[in-house]
Amino acid sequence: MSASRLLLPVLLLVALVMFGRAPFMIEAAPLESTMGLVQKIFYFHVPSAITSLLAAMVCGLASLVYLVRRRPLADFVALAAAELAVVFGIVMLISGPLWARKAWGIWWQWEARLTMALVMWMIMVAYLLLRRFGGPGSEVMAAATGVFAMVLAPFVYWSVNIWRTLHPSTSVVWSLPEGMAGPFAWCAIAFLLLFAALMTLRVQIESTRAALDDAMLALEDRR
Amino acid sequence: MGLLHGAWLIMRKDLRVELRSREIIYTTVFFAMACVLVFAFAFVRGGRAVEGAASGILWVAVAFSGTLALGRGFERERQAETLRALLMAPIERASVYLGKLFALILLMILIEIVLVPAVGLLFQAPIGQAPGLLVALLLAGTVGFGAVGTFFAALLVRAQSRDVLLPVLLYPFAVPVLIGGVFGTAALFAPEPNVDVARMMLAMLISFDAIFVTLALWTFAPAMRE
Repeated sequence: MSASRLLLPVLLLVALVMFGRAPFMIEAAPLESTMGLVQKIFYFHVPSAITSLLAAMVCGLASLVYLVRRRPLADFVALAAAELAVVFGIVMLISGPLWARKAWGIWWQWEARLTMALVMWMIMVAYLLLRRFGGPGSEVMAAATGVFAMVLAPFVYWSVNIWRTLHPSTSVVWSLPEGMAGPFAWCAIAFLLLFAALMTLRVQIESTRAALDDAMLALEDRR
Repeated sequence: MGLLHGAWLIMRKDLRVELRSREIIYTTVFFAMACVLVFAFAFVRGGRAVEGAASGILWVAVAFSGTLALGRGFERERQAETLRALLMAPIERASVYLGKLFALILLMILIEIVLVPAVGLLFQAPIGQAPGLLVALLLAGTVGFGAVGTFFAALLVRAQSRDVLLPVLLYPFAVPVLIGGVFGTAALFAPEPNVDVARMMLAMLISFDAIFVTLALWTFAPAMRE
């Protein structure tokens, strides 16, 4: 018990320290040759995108476990992951166009990865809407949605890839030059730790809420 | 009783109910035409449709009228309070899903039989340029849309505010179907049809159908358990 209670503050502390140092590392990283200063959005944009998609996958897996086994904990994990997928997705969707405007000259491009990220984000929002407004039994419906979402992602990617062959466009392809990999890995780990910390916190809140509900019901039964 | 036999019985029941009133087919076909009319105002410039608009109009009308048919199909079960009986029937749960899916696909094909010539006529789309591929794209797209749609419509039948939640959930999931359908069809409607793109989209749609029908068959029983 004490070990799991220690987990959350430790995760939060390490994530905070890493986020505190991240701006200095990003500042020290070399300027990208063509995009210059704007490229530094990358250090927050890509980690938030990775975290958001990872959260969607966690939601899908937990949903599958809940659908088959009906363990409440799996449901709490799925809910927490869906909420975090939306939150980190907002960071991704705000930082992305800002970068694209300077790098590509347009706010948005219908490219496979972008479209997939947008569709997955919308599905996670739909998942939360379903849980919020679906009424009793919505957690099972949401679980099925989570499972379907996991399978959908590659299809969106595939279909947009074929679509884009109709309108070929210049793509910004570059492998990470020296000096950028370090700060990038640092930021990615910071985001993932923050995700882990928020997940832990949210699952704890949800478990406590469920326990409280059960206690209330038990009390009313005794009356 | 086998899976397919159960599905056959459910489909026959649904189609018989529909044949007696013809409610869904009349209303959805007219709705599809109303959609086309609305799009005409959006995409016709100087008497001609904007280039490439026809395939988009066709597929959006298919998706919208399909959603309507889905909603009505399950609302009927709820209003007549036959949903529980349906789920208690001595057949596999997956049969209920398949039967509903088959009935929906047939209804949507009927809608498309009216819709495709209408779009061809009103937007000068050359629907006869590659008829085999066009039919294949429509069929594959309809099965994919129906597979996801039937699953979510069944899932949401007991939910509050299901009328809004169905399209909210269904349209993001239908994105690959719409991309495949719209751009596959657009490739066929082009002055010089691009058969390769249509074939690639068809392959994607068929894989989508296979994966999502299988997934729905797996998850339907646990998802419909109360």
